[in-house]
Amino acid sequence: MGIVSPGFQGRPRSSQPALPPGQYLTEDFPVLSAGPTPRVSLDTWEFAVTSEGGVEHRWSWAEMLALPQETPTVDIHCVTRWSKLGTNWRGVSLDVLLGGVETAAKFALVHSYGGYSTNLPLADLLGGQAWIVHEFEGGGLPAEHGGPARLLVPHLYFWKSAKWVRGIELLSTDEPGFWETAGYHDYGDPWREQRYQGD
Amino acid sequence: MAMWHVAHLVQRRRETATACTLVLAVDDWPGHVPGQHVDVRLTAPDGYQAERSYSISSAPDGNTVELTVQRVPDGEVSPYLIDVFSVGDPVEIRGPVGGWFVWRPTEPAPVLLVAGGSGIAPLMAMVRARRATGSGVPFRLIYSVRTDRDVYFADELRHRAADDQGLEISYVYTRQAPDGWPGQPHRIGPEDIRERGWPPEREPQCFVCGPTGLVEAVADSLVAVGHDAQRVKTERFGPTGG
Repeated sequence: MGIVSPGFQGRPRSSQPALPPGQYLTEDFPVLSAGPTPRVSLDTWEFAVTSEGGVEHRWSWAEMLALPQETPTVDIHCVTRWSKLGTNWRGVSLDVLLGGVETAAKFALVHSYGGYSTNLPLADLLGGQAWIVHEFEGGGLPAEHGGPARLLVPHLYFWKSAKWVRGIELLSTDEPGFWETAGYHDYGDPWREQRYQGD
Repeated sequence: MAMWHVAHLVQRRRETATACTLVLAVDDWPGHVPGQHVDVRLTAPDGYQAERSYSISSAPDGNTVELTVQRVPDGEVSPYLIDVFSVGDPVEIRGPVGGWFVWRPTEPAPVLLVAGGSGIAPLMAMVRARRATGSGVPFRLIYSVRTDRDVYFADELRHRAADDQGLEISYVYTRQAPDGWPGQPHRIGPEDIRERGWPPEREPQCFVCGPTGLVEAVADSLVAVGHDAQRVKTERFGPTGG
């Protein structure tokens, strides 16, 4: 327990088991990003997985939409402390996209249009835990929320769910991405409050 | 690694009808870079804790950190900090945090700051650090507010506009402009960016901070006017935006 703040009561609490420590619920959908919103044309959009040996697998927009689609309903948790429960998405499981990729890599560095990147263990992208999504709540994904397509890895803080995703680079050794280089945690588990380096 | 520190309130300054600046003394403060923020943690007697992030509005200055807090209607933390938190009271803060939305006085490029409402807070730290370090880097600040009663740091900005050589400040009013201000109240757009900012050829560093609508519009305008997106850094303020 920290130092008691004189006169602070806080809100009336109800037990909220879906809420990780230090988070509060929000109904709206805040936008957080480091720079201007990239506008990516569907004609030129592509998604690529590059193995540690340099082998590339590419999908165009039409090819992505032709893959089996899933509709995950998940809770999302932003490192700035808002959480949003029961969000609905549509997209392609990373199990499908990585299924045909030959790799012994342990790590993934996700790259975005606009230059953003984020790292995570490859195992966290597999096993029904991650998707490339292009719809949110039944409509197209707006550009400020990462459209046309973003990564969705709901069990990690939301900065790992890279907006404007364009590819995943598979790596034998971990390499920090954009916010991780700026002091945020390499893994980012909301239930262990891994916000900053050293947490 | 970002550490928790115990801070004590030494002074509170009213900025507007809905915002105030808290001057905190932090014994073991490691120092900060203008643009960084801290996490503030409040603990209730039963152990319940609430944390929020606030930008630092002061220039690096020994053991003092100033946070500028806007009241969030129905908020849990900001009403406490504005109404209840008293001089001498302790509070825990963690930081400084953030290595992206920062201005270092050693960087020579001209700077464009665009603020909306309370988004002025981290940009004020930059304006103050420029003065404190004797930097000659040219700064332009465009500040969007509803009315002139909503200007944070109003007296200080008036003095700085007159005294700080190379600092130019202009305002955009969205609801009601004061007498003598040229033009009609409007939301900031590409024309404001073109006329009051820097030409892209000067390769300025651009920092944009405010509510999401303003940040989206200004960042888009900067790119449309020809600025390299890599030199446009954004931060969003709002009740839930951190």
